Amino acid sequence: MIIKKGIGANIGIAIGKAYLVKEDSVLIEKLDLPKDRIKPEIKRFKEAIAKTKEELNVIREQILNSLGKNHAKLIDAHHMILMDPLITKEVPEHIATFSVNAEFALSEKISATIKKFENIEDPFFAERKNEIMDVAKRIMANLSNETKMEIKDLKEPSIIVAHNIYPSDTLQIRKSDKVMAFCMDMGSKSSHTAIFAQSIGIPAVVGLGDISRIIKQGDMLIVNGEDGTVTINPLPEMIEAAKAKMAELKKKESYLLKMKNLTTATRDSRKINLMVNLDPQDDLSEFKKNNTDGVGLFRTEFLYMNRNSIPNEQEQYEIYKKVLSCEPKLPVTIRTADIGADKASNIGIKGIKNEENPFMGFRGIRLFLKYPDLMKTQIKAILRAAYETQAQIMLPMVTSIGELITSKKIISEAKNELLSQGLEFKSDIPVGIMVEVPAAALMLDQFLNEIDFVSIGTNDLVQYLLAVDRVNQYVSELYDPYHPSVIRVLNLIIQTAHKKGKKVSVCGEMASDTYGCAALITLGADSLSVPLKMHLKVKEFIRNSSYEKLISLRQRLLNISDSQEITEIFKGI
Amino acid sequence: MIKKDLKVINKQGIHARPAGLISRTASQFESEIKLIKEGYEVNAKSIMGLLTLAAACGSVITATACGKDEKDAIEALEKIFAAGFDE
Repeated sequence: MIIKKGIGANIGIAIGKAYLVKEDSVLIEKLDLPKDRIKPEIKRFKEAIAKTKEELNVIREQILNSLGKNHAKLIDAHHMILMDPLITKEVPEHIATFSVNAEFALSEKISATIKKFENIEDPFFAERKNEIMDVAKRIMANLSNETKMEIKDLKEPSIIVAHNIYPSDTLQIRKSDKVMAFCMDMGSKSSHTAIFAQSIGIPAVVGLGDISRIIKQGDMLIVNGEDGTVTINPLPEMIEAAKAKMAELKKKESYLLKMKNLTTATRDSRKINLMVNLDPQDDLSEFKKNNTDGVGLFRTEFLYMNRNSIPNEQEQYEIYKKVLSCEPKLPVTIRTADIGADKASNIGIKGIKNEENPFMGFRGIRLFLKYPDLMKTQIKAILRAAYETQAQIMLPMVTSIGELITSKKIISEAKNELLSQGLEFKSDIPVGIMVEVPAAALMLDQFLNEIDFVSIGTNDLVQYLLAVDRVNQYVSELYDPYHPSVIRVLNLIIQTAHKKGKKVSVCGEMASDTYGCAALITLGADSLSVPLKMHLKVKEFIRNSSYEKLISLRQRLLNISDSQEITEIFKGI
Repeated sequence: MIKKDLKVINKQGIHARPAGLISRTASQFESEIKLIKEGYEVNAKSIMGLLTLAAACGSVITATACGKDEKDAIEALEKIFAAGFDE
């Protein structure tokens, strides 16, 4: 029994037999051909191309029928690669010039191209080399007359294990097919296979390093897409446990689905505002179906990533409009871009790379105030999209009152510009700050005169308060949202804001954790904002708890001296 | 020879599908057509070359064409770039 840890690319659990997709990493032999063999060799190569072309046509047809036009377009690109002069012209030239075999000539040309991808920093473009590898492998297989074992030929339900699964392989797999899960050596969360697994809803673990060399054909596997583990030849009790977990997940899923239309209120009928955190790329229809109380945090930094230009006002406007018009009656808090820290961007801002301590560095409002035009463009787009909606603006990483005053000045400049342009916008948009730096928590009473609401970002607040970098493996276990100091600071923020009649919302992982959620309600938070996929789970917890009981625990909560005590306080809630 | 700067405006940049469109378009012309990004030059008729450009949204690419249909070639490229490769 071995447990391997990788990256969970899509959630869910699968138990089944491994089907190992062999990597054709056979060393390509260089053969020196006599003059009279050159012509037949070129002919052999052209035949392999023709055969590959036919193969792609068949695959295209299958995909068109099963996955639709958009996926089929990828095969069109594969066709183009196959017909690229680099292959159709240069390979035969190489065979003739150097008197070598077709396999060797092809591999020389392909590896020269693949090498160029190594210098590409952007992971999205670097992944495109798989498209070329994919086609090259098909030609190779046709040259050696090897019949390529296709995933679609699987006879029994299996878990696919591979060094790397290529785009055309993934495209052949449908939900109804015999593929139960994927695991592979390569890949990241953004790789084609991961995105594919998510779109068809099967568990997947990627980035496993060397799993394709450890697993043997037919090995029993448990793939857990939630924690990113693959268990090879598990003990019988592990299989039982995984089965139980699967059944539990299934039951839970159907139970949670039933809750979609119920309101979020405690057992004793106290309404709790439960909102969700969204990213621009999230599925808005899913958001609509979940019946939430609004969006507590709409993150916008992703608009600035994977590109080297700044998104213009119109482009941003359209994205904000889309989310705001989805549920126009519900509040949506749009956070200005928190670029920096772990969300660095390559839009050409100097000094953002190679910071020694990026979490304490050039990010959030600090960065925007250095580039006020960047901020103004975003504010204008938000203001316009916010017209006749319940949108509000939230500023991240605010540490001192000066930053807030300057930001507000930029907001009023943006309004004046829109006014002189004669464009419609929300002139009375509420502005708030994200309290995540302890300094802002301590100075909140001073900030409150300038803002309409407060939002607490627990993730960063906890790490700044405890001086723990939660992505640093040596100290991440010290990251503790139940630390008594965290409870005290949260209490301070909520009490201070309430004294001035301002509402407090909490986004951050703490809100979706059972005890964290209980503690936040106990402390009097006005609304909680959780990831969309946690929404129903938190709702269930709230519906099963008693507001009166939670409030009665307040004094005990404020007096804890150790984080362990929280578990005891809220046990059985 | 004629020369023209073109801007990539579609969200995902020149990935497989747009690269296919560019090479298909370029292949209709006899002229030799090159795309150049930050000094790195590729054959516009080669989809593989185009993929190695790693041209993200917002990149500016210089297109050059040389041959008797060079004018039409550049015009055709200009059109598909401006349409964001219909994405």
